[in-house]
Amino acid sequence: MTEPLSNAPAAVTATAGRASEIVFDAVTKRYPRRAEPAVRSLSLTVPAGEICVLVGPSGGGKTTAMRMVNRLIDITVGDIRIDGTSVGSLDATRLRRGIGYVIQQIGLFPHMTVGQNIGTVPRLLGWDRSRIRSRARELIELVGLDPGHDLERYPAELSGGQRQRVGLARAMAADPPLMLMDEPFGALDPITRARLQDEFLRLHRAMRKTVIFVTHDIDEAIKMGDRIAILREGGILAQYAPPDEILAAPADDFVARFVGADRVLKRLSLMTLADLELDPAGQGAGDGPSADPSTPLRDALSVILGHGGRPLTVVGEDRRPVGVATLETIAGALSPAPAGARERSG
Amino acid sequence: MIVAASGPVIPNFGGGGGCARANRTFCWDWFAAHWGDTFEPALLQHLALTAVAVAVGFLIATSCALVAHRRGWFEGPFVTVSGVLYTIPSLALFQLLVPVTGLTVLTAEIALISYTLLIIFRNVLTGLREVPEDAREAARGMGLTANQILLRVELPLALPAIVAGVRIATVTVISLATVAAFVIDRGLGAPIFAALQTSFKTEFIAAGALAVALALVADGLLVLVSRALTPWAAARAA
Repeated sequence: MTEPLSNAPAAVTATAGRASEIVFDAVTKRYPRRAEPAVRSLSLTVPAGEICVLVGPSGGGKTTAMRMVNRLIDITVGDIRIDGTSVGSLDATRLRRGIGYVIQQIGLFPHMTVGQNIGTVPRLLGWDRSRIRSRARELIELVGLDPGHDLERYPAELSGGQRQRVGLARAMAADPPLMLMDEPFGALDPITRARLQDEFLRLHRAMRKTVIFVTHDIDEAIKMGDRIAILREGGILAQYAPPDEILAAPADDFVARFVGADRVLKRLSLMTLADLELDPAGQGAGDGPSADPSTPLRDALSVILGHGGRPLTVVGEDRRPVGVATLETIAGALSPAPAGARERSG
Repeated sequence: MIVAASGPVIPNFGGGGGCARANRTFCWDWFAAHWGDTFEPALLQHLALTAVAVAVGFLIATSCALVAHRRGWFEGPFVTVSGVLYTIPSLALFQLLVPVTGLTVLTAEIALISYTLLIIFRNVLTGLREVPEDAREAARGMGLTANQILLRVELPLALPAIVAGVRIATVTVISLATVAAFVIDRGLGAPIFAALQTSFKTEFIAAGALAVALALVADGLLVLVSRALTPWAAARAA
Protein backbone atom coordinates (compact mmCIF):
# COMPACT_ATOMS: atom_id res chain seq x y z
CA MET A 1 0.00 0.00 0.00
CA THR A 2 3.03 2.24 0.03
CA GLU A 3 4.05 2.00 -3.61
CA PRO A 4 2.13 4.09 -6.12
CA LEU A 5 0.30 1.52 -8.17
CA SER A 6 0.14 1.86 -11.87
CA ASN A 7 -2.47 -0.67 -12.87
CA ALA A 8 -5.91 -1.40 -11.53
CA PRO A 9 -5.60 -5.12 -10.73
CA ALA A 10 -2.59 -4.51 -8.50
CA ALA A 11 -4.45 -1.68 -6.80
CA VAL A 12 -7.40 -3.97 -6.24
CA THR A 13 -5.17 -6.50 -4.49
CA ALA A 14 -3.85 -3.73 -2.31
CA THR A 15 -7.39 -2.88 -1.30
CA ALA A 16 -8.54 -6.40 -0.58
CA GLY A 17 -9.01 -6.37 3.17
CA ARG A 18 -11.20 -7.65 5.89
CA ALA A 19 -14.94 -8.13 5.64
CA SER A 20 -17.46 -8.18 8.46
CA GLU A 21 -20.47 -10.35 9.15
CA ILE A 22 -23.58 -8.30 9.92
CA VAL A 23 -26.43 -9.66 12.00
CA PHE A 24 -29.81 -7.94 12.34
CA ASP A 25 -31.37 -9.45 15.44
CA ALA A 26 -35.10 -8.72 15.71
CA VAL A 27 -34.57 -5.03 14.94
CA THR A 28 -37.57 -2.76 15.27
CA LYS A 29 -37.70 0.99 14.63
CA ARG A 30 -40.63 3.05 15.83
CA TYR A 31 -40.82 6.78 15.25
CA PRO A 32 -42.65 8.87 17.81
CA ARG A 33 -46.25 9.71 16.93
CA ARG A 34 -46.28 7.07 14.19
CA ALA A 35 -48.64 4.13 14.69
CA GLU A 36 -46.80 1.66 12.44
CA PRO A 37 -43.15 0.83 12.99
CA ALA A 38 -40.80 1.75 10.13
CA VAL A 39 -38.96 -1.55 10.52
CA ARG A 40 -40.65 -4.51 12.19
CA SER A 41 -38.59 -7.17 13.94
CA LEU A 42 -36.07 -7.53 11.14
CA SER A 43 -33.76 -10.50 11.47
CA LEU A 44 -31.21 -11.41 8.85
CA THR A 45 -27.54 -12.27 8.57
CA VAL A 46 -25.24 -10.87 5.90
CA PRO A 47 -22.27 -13.23 5.52
CA ALA A 48 -18.85 -11.57 5.37
CA GLY A 49 -17.89 -10.45 1.88
CA GLU A 50 -21.36 -10.55 0.36
CA ILE A 51 -23.54 -7.86 -1.16
CA CYS A 52 -26.91 -7.75 0.57
CA VAL A 53 -29.47 -5.65 -1.29
CA LEU A 54 -32.36 -4.17 0.67
CA VAL A 55 -35.13 -3.57 -1.84
CA GLY A 56 -38.80 -2.73 -1.68
CA PRO A 57 -41.37 -0.03 -2.26
CA SER A 58 -41.04 3.29 -0.45
CA GLY A 59 -42.29 2.93 3.08
CA GLY A 60 -40.60 -0.45 3.37
CA GLY A 61 -38.01 0.91 5.77
CA LYS A 62 -34.97 -0.14 3.73
CA THR A 63 -33.04 3.10 4.24
CA THR A 64 -34.07 3.15 7.90
CA ALA A 65 -32.75 -0.40 8.30
CA MET A 66 -29.44 0.57 6.68
CA ARG A 67 -29.00 3.76 8.69
CA MET A 68 -29.40 1.87 11.95
CA VAL A 69 -26.21 -0.02 11.14
CA ASN A 70 -24.04 3.11 11.45
CA ARG A 71 -26.37 4.59 14.04
CA LEU A 72 -27.51 7.55 12.00
CA ILE A 73 -30.86 6.26 13.28
CA ASP A 74 -31.28 4.73 16.72
CA ILE A 75 -32.64 1.22 17.12
CA THR A 76 -35.87 1.07 19.14
CA VAL A 77 -35.79 -2.63 19.99
CA GLY A 78 -33.36 -5.38 19.03
CA ASP A 79 -29.70 -5.33 18.11
CA ILE A 80 -27.37 -5.10 15.15
CA ARG A 81 -24.01 -6.83 15.51
CA ILE A 82 -20.93 -6.38 13.37
CA ASP A 83 -18.64 -9.39 13.80
CA GLY A 84 -20.43 -10.14 17.05
CA THR A 85 -20.08 -6.62 18.49
CA SER A 86 -23.30 -4.73 19.10
CA VAL A 87 -23.26 -1.36 17.30
CA GLY A 88 -24.82 0.19 20.40
CA SER A 89 -21.75 -0.63 22.45
CA LEU A 90 -19.46 1.46 20.23
CA ASP A 91 -18.90 5.20 20.10
CA ALA A 92 -21.05 6.39 17.17
CA THR A 93 -18.36 8.49 15.44
CA ARG A 94 -15.74 5.77 15.76
CA LEU A 95 -18.21 3.19 14.47
CA ARG A 96 -18.94 5.39 11.42
CA ARG A 97 -15.27 5.94 10.62
CA GLY A 98 -14.97 2.19 10.23
CA ILE A 99 -17.89 1.90 7.79
CA GLY A 100 -17.85 3.14 4.19
CA TYR A 101 -20.89 5.28 3.45
CA VAL A 102 -22.21 6.20 -0.01
CA ILE A 103 -25.43 8.11 -0.60
CA GLN A 104 -27.40 8.87 -3.75
CA GLN A 105 -26.74 12.61 -3.55
CA ILE A 106 -23.08 11.68 -3.06
CA GLY A 107 -22.47 14.55 -0.66
CA LEU A 108 -18.98 15.44 -1.84
CA PHE A 109 -17.68 18.50 -0.04
CA PRO A 110 -17.75 21.28 -2.68
CA HIS A 111 -14.93 23.24 -1.02
CA MET A 112 -12.49 20.34 -1.03
CA THR A 113 -10.59 18.90 -3.97
CA VAL A 114 -11.19 15.32 -5.03
CA GLY A 115 -8.02 14.32 -3.17
CA GLN A 116 -9.11 16.09 0.03
CA ASN A 117 -12.56 14.53 -0.21
CA ILE A 118 -11.08 11.05 -0.48
CA GLY A 119 -8.74 11.79 2.42
CA THR A 120 -11.56 12.77 4.80
CA VAL A 121 -11.74 9.62 6.91
CA PRO A 122 -7.97 8.85 6.82
CA ARG A 123 -7.43 12.40 8.12
CA LEU A 124 -9.90 11.75 10.95
CA LEU A 125 -8.00 8.56 11.71
CA GLY A 126 -4.75 10.49 11.95
CA TRP A 127 -2.90 9.05 8.95
CA ASP A 128 0.14 11.06 7.91
CA ARG A 129 -0.05 13.20 4.80
CA SER A 130 2.07 11.11 2.49
CA ARG A 131 0.07 7.98 3.31
CA ILE A 132 -3.19 9.84 2.68
CA ARG A 133 -1.87 11.16 -0.63
CA SER A 134 -0.69 7.81 -1.90
CA ARG A 135 -3.94 6.18 -0.80
CA ALA A 136 -5.95 8.84 -2.67
CA ARG A 137 -3.89 8.26 -5.82
CA GLU A 138 -4.40 4.54 -5.57
CA LEU A 139 -8.17 4.85 -5.09
CA ILE A 140 -8.71 7.44 -7.81
CA GLU A 141 -7.09 5.01 -10.22
CA LEU A 142 -9.13 2.14 -8.86
CA VAL A 143 -12.40 3.92 -9.66
CA GLY A 144 -11.22 4.81 -13.14
CA LEU A 145 -10.20 8.45 -12.83
CA ASP A 146 -6.86 10.06 -13.63
CA PRO A 147 -4.63 10.59 -10.57
CA GLY A 148 -2.46 13.07 -12.45
CA HIS A 149 -5.35 15.36 -13.31
CA ASP A 150 -8.43 14.67 -11.22
CA LEU A 151 -7.06 14.75 -7.66
CA GLU A 152 -6.73 18.55 -7.68
CA ARG A 153 -10.12 19.21 -9.23
CA TYR A 154 -13.19 20.38 -7.34
CA PRO A 155 -16.45 18.39 -7.39
CA ALA A 156 -18.14 21.13 -9.43
CA GLU A 157 -15.75 20.34 -12.28
CA LEU A 158 -16.83 16.69 -12.50
CA SER A 159 -19.71 14.94 -14.25
CA GLY A 160 -22.34 13.08 -12.24
CA GLY A 161 -20.74 9.71 -12.95
CA GLN A 162 -17.27 10.99 -12.00
CA ARG A 163 -18.66 12.42 -8.75
CA GLN A 164 -20.17 9.08 -7.78
CA ARG A 165 -16.84 7.41 -8.56
CA VAL A 166 -15.19 9.86 -6.15
CA GLY A 167 -17.94 9.14 -3.61
CA LEU A 168 -17.11 5.46 -3.90
CA ALA A 169 -13.38 6.10 -3.55
CA ARG A 170 -14.02 8.27 -0.49
CA ALA A 171 -16.08 5.51 1.13
CA MET A 172 -13.31 2.98 0.54
CA ALA A 173 -10.48 5.27 1.68
CA ALA A 174 -9.79 3.69 5.06
CA ASP A 175 -10.40 0.18 3.72
CA PRO A 176 -13.55 -0.42 5.80
CA PRO A 177 -14.72 -4.04 6.20
CA LEU A 178 -18.32 -2.90 5.65
CA MET A 179 -19.89 -0.47 3.20
CA LEU A 180 -23.37 1.02 3.31
CA MET A 181 -24.67 2.23 -0.04
CA ASP A 182 -27.98 4.09 -0.20
CA GLU A 183 -29.20 4.12 -3.82
CA PRO A 184 -25.67 5.00 -4.92
CA PHE A 185 -26.41 4.92 -8.64
CA GLY A 186 -29.99 6.18 -8.45
CA ALA A 187 -29.30 9.67 -9.81
CA LEU A 188 -27.25 8.57 -12.82
CA ASP A 189 -28.38 8.12 -16.41
CA PRO A 190 -29.02 4.47 -17.41
CA ILE A 191 -25.78 4.04 -19.36
CA THR A 192 -23.55 5.51 -16.66
CA ARG A 193 -25.47 3.54 -14.03
CA ALA A 194 -24.93 0.22 -15.82
CA ARG A 195 -21.23 0.98 -16.25
CA LEU A 196 -20.76 1.87 -12.58
CA GLN A 197 -22.73 -1.21 -11.51
CA ASP A 198 -20.43 -3.40 -13.59
CA GLU A 199 -17.32 -1.71 -12.29
CA PHE A 200 -18.49 -1.95 -8.72
CA LEU A 201 -19.16 -5.67 -9.12
CA ARG A 202 -15.69 -6.10 -10.58
CA LEU A 203 -14.19 -4.18 -7.63
CA HIS A 204 -16.25 -6.20 -5.21
CA ARG A 205 -15.05 -9.49 -6.66
CA ALA A 206 -11.52 -8.34 -5.87
CA MET A 207 -12.17 -6.70 -2.48
CA ARG A 208 -14.87 -8.96 -1.05
CA LYS A 209 -16.10 -6.38 1.40
CA THR A 210 -19.46 -6.79 3.05
CA VAL A 211 -21.91 -4.40 1.38
CA ILE A 212 -25.41 -3.38 2.37
CA PHE A 213 -26.98 -1.83 -0.71
CA VAL A 214 -30.34 -0.06 -0.75
CA THR A 215 -32.36 0.35 -3.94
CA HIS A 216 -35.99 0.49 -5.01
CA ASP A 217 -35.12 -1.04 -8.40
CA ILE A 218 -35.60 -4.82 -8.47
CA ASP A 219 -33.47 -5.18 -11.61
CA GLU A 220 -30.57 -3.46 -9.86
CA ALA A 221 -31.14 -5.69 -6.83
CA ILE A 222 -30.99 -8.82 -8.99
CA LYS A 223 -27.87 -7.60 -10.72
CA MET A 224 -25.96 -6.46 -7.64
CA GLY A 225 -27.09 -8.76 -4.87
CA ASP A 226 -25.58 -11.97 -3.58
CA ARG A 227 -28.68 -11.94 -1.43
CA ILE A 228 -31.77 -9.81 -1.65
CA ALA A 229 -33.96 -8.77 1.27
CA ILE A 230 -37.37 -7.66 0.05
CA LEU A 231 -39.08 -5.34 2.53
CA ARG A 232 -42.74 -4.49 2.18
CA GLU A 233 -44.77 -1.58 3.55
CA GLY A 234 -44.62 -1.47 7.33
CA GLY A 235 -41.01 -2.64 7.39
CA ILE A 236 -41.78 -6.35 7.14
CA LEU A 237 -39.23 -8.70 5.60
CA ALA A 238 -41.07 -10.52 2.83
CA GLN A 239 -38.21 -12.72 1.63
CA TYR A 240 -34.45 -12.97 2.09
CA ALA A 241 -32.70 -15.20 -0.43
CA PRO A 242 -30.27 -15.23 -3.35
CA PRO A 243 -31.69 -13.58 -6.52
CA ASP A 244 -32.19 -16.87 -8.35
CA GLU A 245 -34.26 -18.29 -5.51
CA ILE A 246 -36.39 -15.16 -5.24
CA LEU A 247 -37.13 -15.29 -8.98
CA ALA A 248 -37.70 -19.04 -9.03
CA ALA A 249 -39.72 -19.32 -5.85
CA PRO A 250 -41.21 -16.02 -4.66
CA ALA A 251 -42.32 -16.43 -1.05
CA ASP A 252 -45.74 -14.90 -1.60
CA ASP A 253 -47.91 -12.84 -3.94
CA PHE A 254 -46.32 -9.60 -2.82
CA VAL A 255 -42.84 -10.78 -3.78
CA ALA A 256 -44.13 -12.27 -7.05
CA ARG A 257 -45.77 -8.95 -7.95
CA PHE A 258 -42.73 -6.99 -6.86
CA VAL A 259 -40.23 -8.98 -8.93
CA GLY A 260 -42.62 -8.73 -11.90
CA ALA A 261 -44.45 -11.01 -14.31
CA ASP A 262 -41.25 -11.36 -16.35
CA ARG A 263 -39.41 -12.99 -13.46
CA VAL A 264 -38.64 -16.07 -15.58
CA LEU A 265 -36.89 -13.88 -18.12
CA LYS A 266 -35.03 -12.10 -15.31
CA ARG A 267 -33.91 -15.48 -14.04
CA LEU A 268 -32.68 -16.37 -17.50
CA SER A 269 -30.52 -13.26 -17.50
CA LEU A 270 -28.73 -14.62 -14.41
CA MET A 271 -27.72 -17.82 -16.24
CA THR A 272 -25.58 -18.43 -19.30
CA LEU A 273 -25.42 -21.13 -21.95
CA ALA A 274 -22.63 -22.68 -19.91
CA ASP A 275 -25.22 -23.49 -17.20
CA LEU A 276 -27.29 -25.62 -19.65
CA GLU A 277 -27.35 -29.35 -20.21
CA LEU A 278 -26.85 -29.04 -23.97
CA ASP A 279 -28.12 -31.52 -26.56
CA PRO A 280 -25.24 -33.08 -28.45
CA ALA A 281 -24.12 -31.13 -31.49
CA GLY A 282 -24.55 -32.87 -34.83
CA GLN A 283 -27.49 -32.76 -37.11
CA GLY A 284 -27.92 -29.38 -38.76
CA ALA A 285 -25.20 -27.69 -36.72
CA GLY A 286 -23.63 -24.86 -38.62
CA ASP A 287 -26.47 -23.50 -40.72
CA GLY A 288 -28.51 -22.23 -37.73
CA PRO A 289 -27.65 -19.44 -35.28
CA SER A 290 -24.65 -19.84 -33.00
CA ALA A 291 -23.39 -18.27 -29.77
CA ASP A 292 -20.56 -18.73 -27.27
CA PRO A 293 -21.10 -20.29 -23.80
CA SER A 294 -20.91 -16.98 -21.91
CA THR A 295 -24.10 -15.72 -23.60
CA PRO A 296 -26.87 -15.06 -21.05
CA LEU A 297 -29.81 -17.44 -21.48
CA ARG A 298 -32.15 -14.51 -21.92
CA ASP A 299 -30.20 -13.43 -25.01
CA ALA A 300 -29.97 -17.02 -26.24
CA LEU A 301 -33.74 -17.39 -25.96
CA SER A 302 -34.19 -14.17 -27.89
CA VAL A 303 -31.93 -15.50 -30.69
CA ILE A 304 -33.82 -18.81 -30.85
CA LEU A 305 -37.20 -17.06 -30.98
CA GLY A 306 -35.84 -14.69 -33.60
CA HIS A 307 -34.92 -17.66 -35.78
CA GLY A 308 -38.35 -19.25 -35.66
CA GLY A 309 -37.49 -21.55 -32.77
CA ARG A 310 -34.55 -23.22 -34.48
CA PRO A 311 -31.87 -24.69 -32.19
CA LEU A 312 -28.89 -22.55 -31.23
CA THR A 313 -25.45 -24.02 -31.74
CA VAL A 314 -23.06 -23.30 -28.88
CA VAL A 315 -19.50 -22.89 -30.11
CA GLY A 316 -16.34 -23.04 -28.04
CA GLU A 317 -13.29 -20.83 -28.26
CA ASP A 318 -12.00 -22.83 -31.21
CA ARG A 319 -15.29 -22.09 -33.04
CA ARG A 320 -16.15 -25.77 -32.90
CA PRO A 321 -19.71 -26.71 -31.83
CA VAL A 322 -19.88 -28.04 -28.25
CA GLY A 323 -23.63 -28.62 -28.19
CA VAL A 324 -27.06 -27.34 -29.13
CA ALA A 325 -29.48 -25.27 -27.05
CA THR A 326 -33.21 -25.57 -27.74
CA LEU A 327 -36.37 -24.14 -26.19
CA GLU A 328 -36.67 -27.44 -24.31
CA THR A 329 -33.15 -27.38 -22.84
CA ILE A 330 -33.66 -23.78 -21.69
CA ALA A 331 -37.01 -24.65 -20.12
CA GLY A 332 -35.32 -27.62 -18.49
CA ALA A 333 -32.79 -25.38 -16.81
CA LEU A 334 -35.63 -23.48 -15.14
CA SER A 335 -37.63 -26.44 -13.84
CA PRO A 336 -35.68 -27.54 -10.75
CA ALA A 337 -36.48 -24.54 -8.59
CA PRO A 338 -33.36 -22.72 -7.45
CA ALA A 339 -30.31 -24.00 -9.20
CA GLY A 340 -28.24 -23.40 -6.10
CA ALA A 341 -26.37 -20.26 -5.20
CA ARG A 342 -25.34 -18.22 -8.16
CA GLU A 343 -21.68 -18.48 -8.96
CA ARG A 344 -20.22 -15.03 -9.07
CA SER A 345 -16.55 -15.39 -8.25
CA GLY A 346 -14.32 -14.68 -11.18
CA MET B 1 -26.71 69.34 25.44
CA ILE B 2 -24.78 68.39 22.36
CA VAL B 3 -21.47 69.93 21.53
CA ALA B 4 -20.52 69.67 17.89
CA ALA B 5 -17.02 68.58 17.11
CA SER B 6 -15.00 71.74 16.83
CA GLY B 7 -13.14 72.49 13.69
CA PRO B 8 -11.49 75.82 12.97
CA VAL B 9 -14.25 78.39 12.94
CA ILE B 10 -12.27 80.59 10.62
CA PRO B 11 -11.42 78.80 7.40
CA ASN B 12 -7.90 77.48 7.46
CA PHE B 13 -6.72 78.93 4.22
CA GLY B 14 -3.23 77.85 5.24
CA GLY B 15 -1.68 80.58 3.21
CA GLY B 16 -3.24 78.94 0.17
CA GLY B 17 -3.27 80.56 -3.21
CA GLY B 18 -6.01 82.39 -4.99
CA CYS B 19 -7.99 79.22 -5.63
CA ALA B 20 -8.62 78.58 -1.95
CA ARG B 21 -9.31 82.23 -1.21
CA ALA B 22 -11.85 82.32 -4.02
CA ASN B 23 -13.35 79.06 -2.64
CA ARG B 24 -13.45 77.40 -6.05
CA THR B 25 -14.89 73.88 -6.41
CA PHE B 26 -11.62 72.06 -5.78
CA CYS B 27 -8.13 73.34 -5.18
CA TRP B 28 -5.44 70.72 -5.70
CA ASP B 29 -2.67 72.83 -4.23
CA TRP B 30 -4.60 73.37 -0.99
CA PHE B 31 -5.46 69.67 -0.79
CA ALA B 32 -1.80 68.73 -1.36
CA ALA B 33 -0.62 71.24 1.23
CA HIS B 34 -2.99 69.86 3.87
CA TRP B 35 -2.72 66.16 3.05
CA GLY B 36 -0.19 65.67 5.81
CA ASP B 37 -1.83 67.69 8.60
CA THR B 38 -5.52 67.05 7.85
CA PHE B 39 -6.45 64.34 5.40
CA GLU B 40 -3.91 61.62 6.03
CA PRO B 41 -4.53 61.53 9.82
CA ALA B 42 -8.29 61.70 9.23
CA LEU B 43 -8.13 58.84 6.74
CA LEU B 44 -6.11 56.66 9.11
CA GLN B 45 -8.46 57.46 12.00
CA HIS B 46 -11.40 56.62 9.80
CA LEU B 47 -9.82 53.33 8.86
CA ALA B 48 -9.18 52.49 12.52
CA LEU B 49 -12.75 53.38 13.55
CA THR B 50 -14.06 51.14 10.78
CA ALA B 51 -11.71 48.24 11.41
CA VAL B 52 -12.49 48.11 15.12
CA ALA B 53 -16.23 48.37 14.54
CA VAL B 54 -16.28 45.65 11.88
CA ALA B 55 -13.96 43.34 13.82
CA VAL B 56 -15.89 43.60 17.08
CA GLY B 57 -19.23 43.45 15.27
CA PHE B 58 -18.03 40.37 13.40
CA LEU B 59 -17.05 38.59 16.61
CA ILE B 60 -20.34 39.36 18.34
CA ALA B 61 -22.58 38.66 15.34
CA THR B 62 -20.77 35.47 14.33
CA SER B 63 -20.82 34.06 17.85
CA CYS B 64 -24.52 34.79 18.09
CA ALA B 65 -25.14 33.26 14.64
CA LEU B 66 -23.34 30.08 15.75
CA VAL B 67 -25.58 29.94 18.83
CA ALA B 68 -28.66 30.48 16.66
CA HIS B 69 -27.43 27.77 14.25
CA ARG B 70 -27.45 25.23 17.08
CA ARG B 71 -30.42 26.65 18.97
CA GLY B 72 -32.97 28.05 16.57
CA TRP B 73 -34.96 29.95 19.19
CA PHE B 74 -32.08 32.43 19.58
CA GLU B 75 -32.55 33.88 16.11
CA GLY B 76 -35.82 35.71 16.86
CA PRO B 77 -34.65 37.74 19.88
CA PHE B 78 -31.31 38.62 18.27
CA VAL B 79 -32.89 39.78 15.01
CA THR B 80 -35.42 41.86 16.96
CA VAL B 81 -32.80 43.63 19.06
CA SER B 82 -30.27 44.15 16.29
CA GLY B 83 -33.08 45.13 13.91
CA VAL B 84 -34.23 47.88 16.28
CA LEU B 85 -30.63 49.13 16.58
CA TYR B 86 -30.31 49.04 12.80
CA THR B 87 -33.37 51.22 12.27
CA ILE B 88 -32.42 53.99 14.71
CA PRO B 89 -31.13 56.96 12.67
CA SER B 90 -27.39 57.24 13.25
CA LEU B 91 -27.46 60.82 14.55
CA ALA B 92 -30.17 59.88 17.03
CA LEU B 93 -28.20 56.87 18.18
CA PHE B 94 -25.07 58.95 18.80
CA GLN B 95 -27.20 61.45 20.69
CA LEU B 96 -28.78 58.71 22.79
CA LEU B 97 -25.39 57.33 23.75
CA VAL B 98 -23.63 60.57 24.67
CA PRO B 99 -25.28 60.91 28.12
CA VAL B 100 -24.11 57.36 28.91
CA THR B 101 -20.64 57.08 27.44
CA GLY B 102 -19.80 60.74 26.77
CA LEU B 103 -18.06 62.30 23.80
CA THR B 104 -15.68 59.39 23.42
CA VAL B 105 -14.42 56.95 20.84
CA LEU B 106 -16.39 54.33 22.77
CA THR B 107 -19.64 56.11 21.96
CA ALA B 108 -18.75 56.18 18.29
CA GLU B 109 -17.73 52.53 18.25
CA ILE B 110 -20.83 51.30 20.08
CA ALA B 111 -23.01 53.01 17.53
CA LEU B 112 -20.98 51.76 14.56
CA ILE B 113 -20.84 48.20 15.90
CA SER B 114 -24.58 48.15 16.41
CA TYR B 115 -25.08 48.74 12.69
CA THR B 116 -22.95 45.74 11.73
CA LEU B 117 -24.72 43.19 13.91
CA LEU B 118 -27.87 42.53 11.91
CA ILE B 119 -26.04 42.43 8.58
CA ILE B 120 -23.31 40.02 9.64
CA PHE B 121 -25.60 37.86 11.78
CA ARG B 122 -28.06 37.38 8.92
CA ASN B 123 -25.36 36.49 6.43
CA VAL B 124 -23.50 34.05 8.68
CA LEU B 125 -26.71 32.27 9.64
CA THR B 126 -27.96 32.12 6.05
CA GLY B 127 -24.58 30.83 4.90
CA LEU B 128 -24.62 28.07 7.50
CA ARG B 129 -28.19 27.12 6.67
CA GLU B 130 -27.52 26.94 2.95
CA VAL B 131 -24.81 24.30 3.34
CA PRO B 132 -26.08 21.41 1.19
CA GLU B 133 -27.85 18.85 3.34
CA ASP B 134 -26.14 15.99 1.50
CA ALA B 135 -22.69 17.30 2.47
CA ARG B 136 -23.79 17.45 6.11
CA GLU B 137 -25.33 13.96 5.87
CA ALA B 138 -22.20 12.50 4.27
CA ALA B 139 -20.03 14.14 6.93
CA ARG B 140 -22.13 12.66 9.71
CA GLY B 141 -22.13 9.25 8.05
CA MET B 142 -18.35 9.31 7.75
CA GLY B 143 -17.94 9.92 11.45
CA LEU B 144 -17.26 13.64 11.79
CA THR B 145 -18.35 15.03 15.16
CA ALA B 146 -20.72 18.01 15.33
CA ASN B 147 -17.78 20.38 15.91
CA GLN B 148 -15.78 18.88 13.06
CA ILE B 149 -18.77 19.29 10.75
CA LEU B 150 -19.01 22.95 11.79
CA LEU B 151 -15.30 23.71 11.38
CA ARG B 152 -14.46 21.57 8.34
CA VAL B 153 -17.68 21.64 6.35
CA GLU B 154 -20.24 24.23 7.41
CA LEU B 155 -18.07 27.29 8.09
CA PRO B 156 -15.88 26.87 4.98
CA LEU B 157 -18.98 26.47 2.83
CA ALA B 158 -20.62 29.49 4.49
CA LEU B 159 -17.53 31.62 3.85
CA PRO B 160 -18.77 33.37 0.67
CA ALA B 161 -21.95 34.46 2.47
CA ILE B 162 -19.95 35.50 5.55
CA VAL B 163 -17.51 37.63 3.55
CA ALA B 164 -20.44 39.15 1.65
CA GLY B 165 -21.89 40.23 5.01
CA VAL B 166 -18.57 41.71 6.10
CA ARG B 167 -18.40 43.67 2.83
CA ILE B 168 -21.81 45.25 3.33
CA ALA B 169 -21.03 45.97 6.98
CA THR B 170 -17.67 47.55 6.09
CA VAL B 171 -19.09 49.87 3.44
CA THR B 172 -21.95 50.82 5.77
CA VAL B 173 -19.58 51.60 8.64
CA ILE B 174 -17.23 53.66 6.45
CA SER B 175 -20.19 55.77 5.45
CA LEU B 176 -21.65 56.05 8.96
CA ALA B 177 -18.26 56.75 10.56
CA THR B 178 -18.31 60.22 8.94
CA VAL B 179 -21.28 61.01 11.20
CA ALA B 180 -19.17 59.97 14.21
CA ALA B 181 -17.52 63.40 13.95
CA PHE B 182 -20.71 64.53 15.63
CA VAL B 183 -19.28 63.19 18.90
CA ILE B 184 -15.53 62.94 18.35
CA ASP B 185 -13.07 64.94 16.34
CA ARG B 186 -11.77 61.94 14.44
CA GLY B 187 -12.03 60.43 11.01
CA LEU B 188 -13.02 61.91 7.68
CA GLY B 189 -16.18 63.28 9.25
CA ALA B 190 -14.13 65.93 11.08
CA PRO B 191 -13.01 67.84 7.95
CA ILE B 192 -16.52 67.42 6.53
CA PHE B 193 -18.10 68.97 9.64
CA ALA B 194 -15.51 71.72 9.58
CA ALA B 195 -16.18 72.42 5.92
CA LEU B 196 -19.92 72.45 6.51
CA GLN B 197 -19.46 75.24 9.02
CA THR B 198 -17.20 77.30 6.79
CA SER B 199 -18.66 76.39 3.37
CA PHE B 200 -15.12 75.61 2.24
CA LYS B 201 -15.72 73.46 -0.84
CA THR B 202 -12.27 71.90 -1.30
CA GLU B 203 -12.13 70.46 2.23
CA PHE B 204 -15.68 69.17 1.97
CA ILE B 205 -15.18 67.51 -1.41
CA ALA B 206 -11.77 66.07 -0.54
CA ALA B 207 -12.97 64.41 2.68
CA GLY B 208 -16.14 63.12 1.04
CA ALA B 209 -14.23 61.71 -1.92
CA LEU B 210 -11.71 60.03 0.39
CA ALA B 211 -14.55 58.34 2.28
CA VAL B 212 -16.02 57.05 -0.96
CA ALA B 213 -12.59 55.90 -2.18
CA LEU B 214 -11.94 54.13 1.13
CA ALA B 215 -15.26 52.29 0.82
CA LEU B 216 -14.50 51.20 -2.74
CA VAL B 217 -10.97 50.04 -1.92
CA ALA B 218 -12.08 48.16 1.21
CA ASP B 219 -14.87 46.48 -0.74
CA GLY B 220 -12.49 45.52 -3.54
CA LEU B 221 -9.95 44.10 -1.09
CA LEU B 222 -12.62 42.00 0.58
CA VAL B 223 -13.65 40.62 -2.81
CA LEU B 224 -10.04 39.55 -3.34
CA VAL B 225 -9.90 38.02 0.13
CA SER B 226 -13.08 36.09 -0.60
CA ARG B 227 -11.68 34.75 -3.88
CA ALA B 228 -8.43 33.71 -2.23
CA LEU B 229 -10.27 31.92 0.59
CA THR B 230 -12.78 30.14 -1.64
CA PRO B 231 -11.00 28.97 -4.79
CA TRP B 232 -13.66 26.27 -5.14
CA ALA B 233 -16.43 28.84 -5.59
CA ALA B 234 -15.06 29.63 -9.05
CA ALA B 235 -14.87 25.96 -10.06
CA ARG B 236 -17.31 24.99 -12.79
CA ALA B 237 -17.81 21.96 -14.94
CA ALA B 238 -14.91 21.76 -17.37
